[in-house]
Order: sequence, then structure tokens, then C-alpha cells
Amino acid sequence: MTSITLVRRIAARPSIVFEALTTPEGVAAWWGPDDLPAIATVVDARVGGAFRIRFPTYDGEEHEAVGEYLEVAPPTRLVMSWRWTHNGVTAEAEGISRIEFDLRPIEGGVELTVTHADLRNEASAAIHALGWPDSLFRLRRLLEAAPPT
Amino acid sequence: MLNYQPRDLDQVFGALTDPTRREILARLEREEPLSIKTIAAPFTIKLPAVMKHLDVLSAAGLITRSKHGRTVDVRLSPERLREAAEWLRRYERFWSPALDRLTVQAEAKEAEAREAEARRAALGGSEAPDE
Repeated sequence: MTSITLVRRIAARPSIVFEALTTPEGVAAWWGPDDLPAIATVVDARVGGAFRIRFPTYDGEEHEAVGEYLEVAPPTRLVMSWRWTHNGVTAEAEGISRIEFDLRPIEGGVELTVTHADLRNEASAAIHALGWPDSLFRLRRLLEAAPPT
Repeated sequence: MLNYQPRDLDQVFGALTDPTRREILARLEREEPLSIKTIAAPFTIKLPAVMKHLDVLSAAGLITRSKHGRTVDVRLSPERLREAAEWLRRYERFWSPALDRLTVQAEAKEAEAREAEARRAALGGSEAPDE
């Protein structure tokens, strides 16, 4: 099983964080790599409910992904499946991964742990094996040393 | 492309999962070309095993081999690495800023909620804040 995990400590009560994860307005405002609002968001946050998001990136591209809610336990845990669609075509079954949000109350707020799991393909396995920062460091070193092509 | 993952990149990452192969790449980064014998020298594994690693790296497009007389020169091939690094950067770029924004958004909502609670309290309401 391969996965990446990120942890954030947020100075807000769990119910507020959970709402940001489970409402269309909430999700649209933060989802995606770039600070651009999502174009279309479907968030039906109940078990079996659909997730769909279409979001732009600074490079002018638009990206779309779909998913299904697998666990919805406010305000502590949310699990969803995830797969990319490309030009309207949904990734094949092996492209399905899983995103887990776990909220743990801490002093003055909540600790949010996000795990992107079931990253089965080779590329993701490599990320897991190498560790993010380490792999990037290594690759950067290699690239910086590489002669211009 | 964030959602674009060419099969040959899978091969690149597959090749990078092995510590011996990463070590070979790191050495080529410092000095190239290297002969196969020079590459094999520091390793305890036998030459055929090293050759197999070089085959994997070569199939992934990470190195090139060229024959010079009786020796084979091994060189780093940076293009595939550049693509792989770009893919990694894009994927890393996906979650981290998103969660930063989620944090800012939730903390602003929390501040609003507290203000509203304070106003209610000031108006003589006696209800305790949620949670």
C-alpha cells in the first residue's frame, strides 16, 4: 500500500474544518494547487455520494477529477475515492486512489491529517519509496549537474 | 501535466526505486562518462548484477551507453529525469498549497464564529460557544 501523508494544525474547531471539507463552497475555495476558485464542484458528502471537481491552474489548464464518498463521520473522518478524468475520459480502474481526512482535536484547534492512499502505480510507489523531500532533492541535484540539452 | 502520467515516466520512477541505481546516477552526476568497470567497482554485487541495473536505467532512458574501443562509456541522460522531477513537483504542488488555503479559510471562519459568539454574549445571551 503506498500513500503520501500531510499534516496541518489549524486554529479552528473541528466542525468548521469539516464543513470546509464537505460543502461545495468550502471545497471550491481551497481545492487544487493554485489559488484559483474551482469552476464546478459537486460535493454530496454522504456515503455513496458523488464528488466531482473541475479546477484551473495558473498554466491555463483545467483539470477534472471524480470520486465517491466512502466514509463520512463528522467531524472526525472523511474518506473518498479519487480518479482523474482527462478530456472527459475517466482514468481506468487502476487509477483509483483514496483520500482520507482525519481530524483530531488539539489545544486551540484541530490537527488535520490528509492521506492520499492506494497510489498503486509505479510512479507513486517511487514517491513513497524515496520520500518526497528526499526524492526532490536528489532529482534536483541530478538536474542541476546535468549539462543543458 | 498534473493528471498526465506517461507510461515511460512509470518506468523512470520504477528505475529510481532501487538504491543501487540511484547511487549509480549520483556518481554519474559527479563524473561522466564512466566505464562499466568503474561504475561496478564500489559495489559488492557482481558485474552481471550491475549490468542488469544499467539495463534498467537504460530502458528507462536515464543513461546512455556508447562503445569506445573495448570500453563502454556510460553517461547520464537528463531529459527523462527532468520530466520526472517536473511530475513530482506538480504532484507535490497539488496538496500542500491547497491545505494551506484550507487552513486560512477555516481559521477565518473560526474568527467569524468567535466574533458572533462574543456579540451574542455581549447582548446578554448566556449560551456557551459550541464545542
